[in-house]
Amino acid sequence: MTSQVQAEMLAADGGRRSGFSLRHYLICFRGIVFREALRFLNQRERFISSLVRPLLWLFIFAAGFRQVLGVSIIPPYKTYVLYEVYITPGLCGMILLFSGMQSSLSMVYDREMGNMRTLLVSPFPRWFLLVSKLLAGVTVSILQVYVFLAIAWFWGVKPPVIGYLFILPALFLAGVMLCALGMLLSSMIKQLENFAGIMNFVIFPMYFASSALYPLWRIQEASPLLHKICLANPFTYAVELVRFALYGQVNWHSLLVVVGCILLFLGGAIYAYDPSKGLLSRRQDGGGNT
Amino acid sequence: MQHVKADKAMVPPAALEVSGVSHAYGRKRVLSDVSFTIPQGHFTVLLGLNGAGKTTLFSLICHLYDTRHGAIRIFGHDIVRQPGQALRRLGIVFQARTLDLDLSIHQNLAYHASLHGIGRAAARERIRLLLQQVGMIDRLHDKVRALSGGQMRRVEIVRALLHRPPLLLLDEATVGLDIQSRADILATIRNLVAEEGISVLWATHLIDEVDVSDRVVLLHKGRVLADGRVSDVVSATGAENIGEAFGILTRSEVRAEGVLR
Repeated sequence: MTSQVQAEMLAADGGRRSGFSLRHYLICFRGIVFREALRFLNQRERFISSLVRPLLWLFIFAAGFRQVLGVSIIPPYKTYVLYEVYITPGLCGMILLFSGMQSSLSMVYDREMGNMRTLLVSPFPRWFLLVSKLLAGVTVSILQVYVFLAIAWFWGVKPPVIGYLFILPALFLAGVMLCALGMLLSSMIKQLENFAGIMNFVIFPMYFASSALYPLWRIQEASPLLHKICLANPFTYAVELVRFALYGQVNWHSLLVVVGCILLFLGGAIYAYDPSKGLLSRRQDGGGNT
Repeated sequence: MQHVKADKAMVPPAALEVSGVSHAYGRKRVLSDVSFTIPQGHFTVLLGLNGAGKTTLFSLICHLYDTRHGAIRIFGHDIVRQPGQALRRLGIVFQARTLDLDLSIHQNLAYHASLHGIGRAAARERIRLLLQQVGMIDRLHDKVRALSGGQMRRVEIVRALLHRPPLLLLDEATVGLDIQSRADILATIRNLVAEEGISVLWATHLIDEVDVSDRVVLLHKGRVLADGRVSDVVSATGAENIGEAFGILTRSEVRAEGVLR
């Protein structure tokens, strides 16, 4: 190595021989978030479809069911509410759920296309890279939720103004949980085509077997078994956390479950992407190249 | 004893040191006790047929896979124990294309710069300089999708050099390119070695990319058959050229040049 290259390397290191400074971490984090945002903006169909899906449920499904389904007074609501008011937090959860899984799709795509390798060979710690990628995905999904809530406001879903502020940390935690789950699943999916299986075996069951569309007491009346499944479904707690936050309240039980699931899923994802422990090194990569 | 220590301290670490590395996918062993060293400032060719284990070796060197048997050190930094220190000294061009097709050249390169903690202003300057060197500055804001295979490769080389790594790995970097693009890319890399003192490990199965003055590591079925200067390997086997030497070492019945080409 020439002295010039050595000097340049030291300059790039900020004169340090061990580790990166906080500034370097911030640069790396910003770069990952910026790329995620660019990818999202470049795929306008993805943005539109992410909004159309919950809006269809709100405009059509909820309008049809409001006459059939009555929602009694249950916390956090203090009066009878229309069905569209009830399912709005569930639809926020739906955006987070689809977005989290789409982020997992993008990781499978990145891995298949090779982009994932450029991320994983960065000198920053792998847990930091994965958490940054996860937070980038959550940021994008929270923006989608706010756009949805703004449209829902014009449709008559008007929670207290403070709710729009309170919902932010709830969306963040729910988003992190679902993105971490997606990341964990992405480490298990070998090919992009397998994502259809995730759709059928993870997204739909999680969404329908939760409190997103119906209150839990109604599900219990209909089927005690389904009620138990709903209680075991982490998505139920994500929705309830968002529902209470939208009305300026904290559902502590849901908060604890969501935080616990974050630790579990994120820990699992970091483990799975760790070359010394995880799943990636146990199978052949690179399209058969050895 | 003191004197010996001082002498040891004076010896510069090898750019890359691979010692006793083995790797298997399940029961299929693809690397067996692979050992070689790449001195600083040299162009070294990792020569082997498809399936020899080159890509697996690269995946181990850049810590995509864990090195469970043996050790890999980059400028003295163990890739398992000090991955950050080792990876910041390493630039990689993968065999498969790894650019984001929907982003522009600048966006791809800026993203990579951020992955090495390089700020926007410094990255912009470095990107312009390197793109100028490879004659692609006028394509700065073009989408990668619009580039030819050779141009994409050049962008990937620029990307690998952004953080000024003293060691560059290229895995079959010229596969699928036309003759002119292959020659251009090879010349660019050889210039980097000559002018900037960068160490290069160039994995290929193409004999015509090996120069007599290069160092070569012959990898066959996951084993290193020879390691040293091309001229030394050729003369040690009594062959006339490196293709023939490869054939002798592998005891191939097929004419080596035919196999390798």
